[in-house]
Amino acid sequence: MSAPVPLLVARCRALPGSAAGKHSLELGRVGESAARVDGIPKTTGEFAYSSDLAAAGMLWGHTVRSRHAHARIRGIEISEAVGMPGVHAVLTHDDVPGEKRYGLEFPDQPVLAIDRVRYFGEAVALVAAEHPEQARRAAAKITVDYEPLEPVVDPERATEQEPLHPDRPTAGHGYLDDPRPNVIRSMVVRHGDPDALGDVSVEGVYEVGIQDQAFLGPESGLAVPDGEGGIDIYVATQWLHVDRDQVAPCLALEPEQVRIHLAGVGGAFGGREDLSMQIHGAMLALHTGRPVKIVYGREESFTGHVHRHPARIWAEHRAALDGRLVAVRMRILLDGGAYASSSTAVVANACAFACGPYRVDNALIESTCVYSNNPPCGAMRGFGAVQTCFAHEAQMDKLAAVLDIDPVELRLLNALEPGDVLPTGQTLTGSFPVAEVIRRAAALDPPEPEELPRDPLRLPGGSGNTTHGQGVRRGIGFAAGFKNICYSEGFDDSCAARVRLFAGGAGELQAEVHCAGAEVGQGVTNVILQVARTELGIESVVLAPASTADVGSAGSASASRMTWMAAGAVQLACRAALEERERTGVDVDVERVYRHPRTWPLDPETGQITGGPAHVSFACAAMKVVAEVDVELGLTRLVWIGTAQDVGKAVNPQAVYGQIEGGTAQGIGLALMEEIQTRGGLITNASFTDYLIPTTLDVPPIVAELVEDPEPDGPYGLKGVGEPPTVVSTAAVLSALRAATGRELARVPVRPDEIVGL
Amino acid sequence: MDVLTPRSLDEALRLKTEHPDAVPIAGGTDLMVALNFDRERPGVILNLGEVPELRGWSRDDGLLRIGAGLTYAEAMAEPLRSLLPALAEASRTVGSPQIRNRGTLGGNLGTASPAGDSLPPLLVEDAEVEVASLGGSRRIALHEFLVGPKQNALAPEELIVAVLVRPSGAPQTFMKVGPRNAMVIAVCSLAVAVDRERGELRAAFGSAGPVPLLVIAPLAEADGFPALVASAASPIDDVRGTAAYRRHALRVLAVRGLERCLAA
Ligand SMILES: Cc1cc2nc3c(=O)[nH]c(=O)nc-3n(C[C@H](O)[C@H](O)[C@H](O)COP(=O)(O)OP(=O)(O)OC[C@H]3O[C@@H](n4cnc5c(N)ncnc54)[C@H](O)[C@@H]3O)c2cc1C
Repeated sequence: MSAPVPLLVARCRALPGSAAGKHSLELGRVGESAARVDGIPKTTGEFAYSSDLAAAGMLWGHTVRSRHAHARIRGIEISEAVGMPGVHAVLTHDDVPGEKRYGLEFPDQPVLAIDRVRYFGEAVALVAAEHPEQARRAAAKITVDYEPLEPVVDPERATEQEPLHPDRPTAGHGYLDDPRPNVIRSMVVRHGDPDALGDVSVEGVYEVGIQDQAFLGPESGLAVPDGEGGIDIYVATQWLHVDRDQVAPCLALEPEQVRIHLAGVGGAFGGREDLSMQIHGAMLALHTGRPVKIVYGREESFTGHVHRHPARIWAEHRAALDGRLVAVRMRILLDGGAYASSSTAVVANACAFACGPYRVDNALIESTCVYSNNPPCGAMRGFGAVQTCFAHEAQMDKLAAVLDIDPVELRLLNALEPGDVLPTGQTLTGSFPVAEVIRRAAALDPPEPEELPRDPLRLPGGSGNTTHGQGVRRGIGFAAGFKNICYSEGFDDSCAARVRLFAGGAGELQAEVHCAGAEVGQGVTNVILQVARTELGIESVVLAPASTADVGSAGSASASRMTWMAAGAVQLACRAALEERERTGVDVDVERVYRHPRTWPLDPETGQITGGPAHVSFACAAMKVVAEVDVELGLTRLVWIGTAQDVGKAVNPQAVYGQIEGGTAQGIGLALMEEIQTRGGLITNASFTDYLIPTTLDVPPIVAELVEDPEPDGPYGLKGVGEPPTVVSTAAVLSALRAATGRELARVPVRPDEIVGL
Repeated sequence: MDVLTPRSLDEALRLKTEHPDAVPIAGGTDLMVALNFDRERPGVILNLGEVPELRGWSRDDGLLRIGAGLTYAEAMAEPLRSLLPALAEASRTVGSPQIRNRGTLGGNLGTASPAGDSLPPLLVEDAEVEVASLGGSRRIALHEFLVGPKQNALAPEELIVAVLVRPSGAPQTFMKVGPRNAMVIAVCSLAVAVDRERGELRAAFGSAGPVPLLVIAPLAEADGFPALVASAASPIDDVRGTAAYRRHALRVLAVRGLERCLAA
């Protein structure tokens, strides 16, 4: 273990990653709305994000990226760049010291492109220079000799085109054997008799565009050589240890020689699960013997991370006249882009939650994710479930219309409850209050329509002043959805926490907690401190900065698992520390590893559970949306949102409301405006000028009810809360838009053209 | 990169003659974006922020002389707001409060984007642009000043000094379509005025052709006016919207604009 490297932090008083820095504010216990420890520094601008890091003697790194979606590399000419002023290193794939490829789950992505680029923005070469401008200029002098190849851009055709990865990186991992070219994973869930006939059936084809996490803090970090051949990397990330385990082999180092330290994270939403600058910065730093900082520009950020999978979904729902679902059939096509990332899990989620939180005895769900030369896709909040929820909820509304049953009644009639069997064959146990969230959301009363005339800001089109009431129709929509909490399908998931108990100056008991759980803005720092205070019964608890150097893996801040896992681990470690101190009477330092109940893989042929459950736990939510739509211009104003969410137990209610509001805003974005647009695989809107995210005028007041039905397996009965709002909100907004316009609106984000019927 | 900061208009014009390649900066809300995105790397920047002659506005015998440095926030304030209501409405649609506090009319003219929101209301009011160099100043009708997408009639040694406009007093409005309800670049926009004195319907659109364009019809031809506006446009498909939608939306906006102005 090396001593932490002293860092000078420009213009900031806080330590790097002050979210996870040492805190000792008054914080409260489990169940209390303790104010965020990083709230004030983030609001005043004092918080040090990863892009604020600095070190003495630091160089700036820059990444040369492909302007082609698909091309062969015939040669890379770096000699001119090497001689440019201030330049200390120019590196290509030849300079990767160890493994040439890495990947979150499958090592299919080159550290630097070798003989081929597979997507627009793929990293090809690196430069380190004294000044970022010198690095950029040198990068511009690197000439890559490309031979453009036909890009694979239509996911429907990808399975018939030349394979982008002839070695099939994801084959042989226990998935359905699908020999078609470019299949990352295909999956079938066959349950009951999928041919069972109902009295009525509805059908639809739904499409989801590419959403981006659009975090405000671009990818950035600082790599500092330790002088002994190893490296310290300070970076905004979601899972420190899995970063380390990918970085070390590529640098030909032992894992302990690579220490990842969490720097201040400016938003993540899944987009920081894959590596960004970690290996690149470390290569430059080890090569030059100097600290190297890399900060992506905005355009580079849009091209440099994975996005939400775009999807095409065909669905057929069959029901009895009384409204009971008889059978659901769905075919889901996902475009994974150039590399596998977390696509295999996205396929599984899309399948597992395809029917929604409803009892379906007969189902056939087929899902395929393909490689292509479109922007790479991976983790984003609610993955797999967001896409299918949009489809299954549109189907439920269609069924309600055909059967002439109230849409809320139809959902209640079919709501899953503990004891029911999911299409994967898994029996629901524990807490799963679907009917309760539906009832509670449905019972929330939206405000009466506002009188006209109104300030245009309170009309569709907002500040654009496009209507004074002309063309405006009001619609109320409803949706319910669910997804898994924690990792699934047999993944051996764990979280470590370390607790040091010692006597303070006046002899009073104090504690220092170590946990590598990434604070990505979700508030896990507070959770950890609240749990420690609750368990130890003391106020004086500090949380050390998250680092691979002094505690085991916490797993990923994703899959709505971090609060569950961190709370479980800290609780375990605190109890062990107290016990040991009781026993020994001296200062103690204990580390414990928490595991959630085990899961098993799904059968590759049938998608049915094998040795036991495939999923640990589920959380559901329901949402009612009131929208006003200018049906002549196709513009929307959301008026009000009411939601009820299954949270198990709110560890920090204020933070839960924050997650609901933020997650809903992200779903509104997907419903109305957020889309990465491409032409021939090239991104055409890689900026906040043209990739629009909701403003305060686009997000209405959100009334949220927390449904606390304790999860027996969750620490304190809690469930994760980050994803369900994103899963349901897109579907709920679309339901409201359909009610206002009478149109099918089968694609998100909805374009004004579709609303006006062009 | 050198930054020159003149303290008077004369000094600014002298510096612009000495450095014809110098890029003026007013609020910087366009230029700084271009710098940050590495699209421009000017050798010399001419900072107009300290030139008093470009600030504020004045009135002489009914003619308004609006300094190039007038911000959107200033255009939204009385009495300018009542004198040029469509310009004030257009200014309200621009960006966010921060952008409206920094961004200027001169900068909007300098950028000459087809989406420049101050341009349609100024076209409707027959505005002229006063430009100057050491050799003297000249006035250019706005529709002649706007030469093409992001191209204007400014010569290298010239600066934009003011916008000249004689307010018509006609009922007028401005509308801008964008897929979110604030902070959006126009998918298309329309300024409309019903000028009973001149017996004219006047409309100017943005983001629906290479330059914002003025369309005029006799007062009596209100019924066909929306179709006329839509057919005068030459929109394209781009990341922000389709040509078909833009044409459709212009027609809707023209109907609504006329309705508002005729009711006034
Ligand atoms: C977040 C954001 C939102 C925006 N929203 C809108 C919007 O809704 N509508 C809209 O129209 N625009 C918008 N813009 C663009 C911009 O704010 C406007 O074009 C603004 O009017 C530019 O003015 P400025 O003073 O900041 O110009 P600057 O950036 O300083 O200059 C712009 C150009 O004009 C030139 N220039 C400036 N002054 C002079 C002069 N006196 N003589 C000669 N040349 C000159 C400069 O050299 C430069 O080429 C937005 C920009 C941002 C960053």
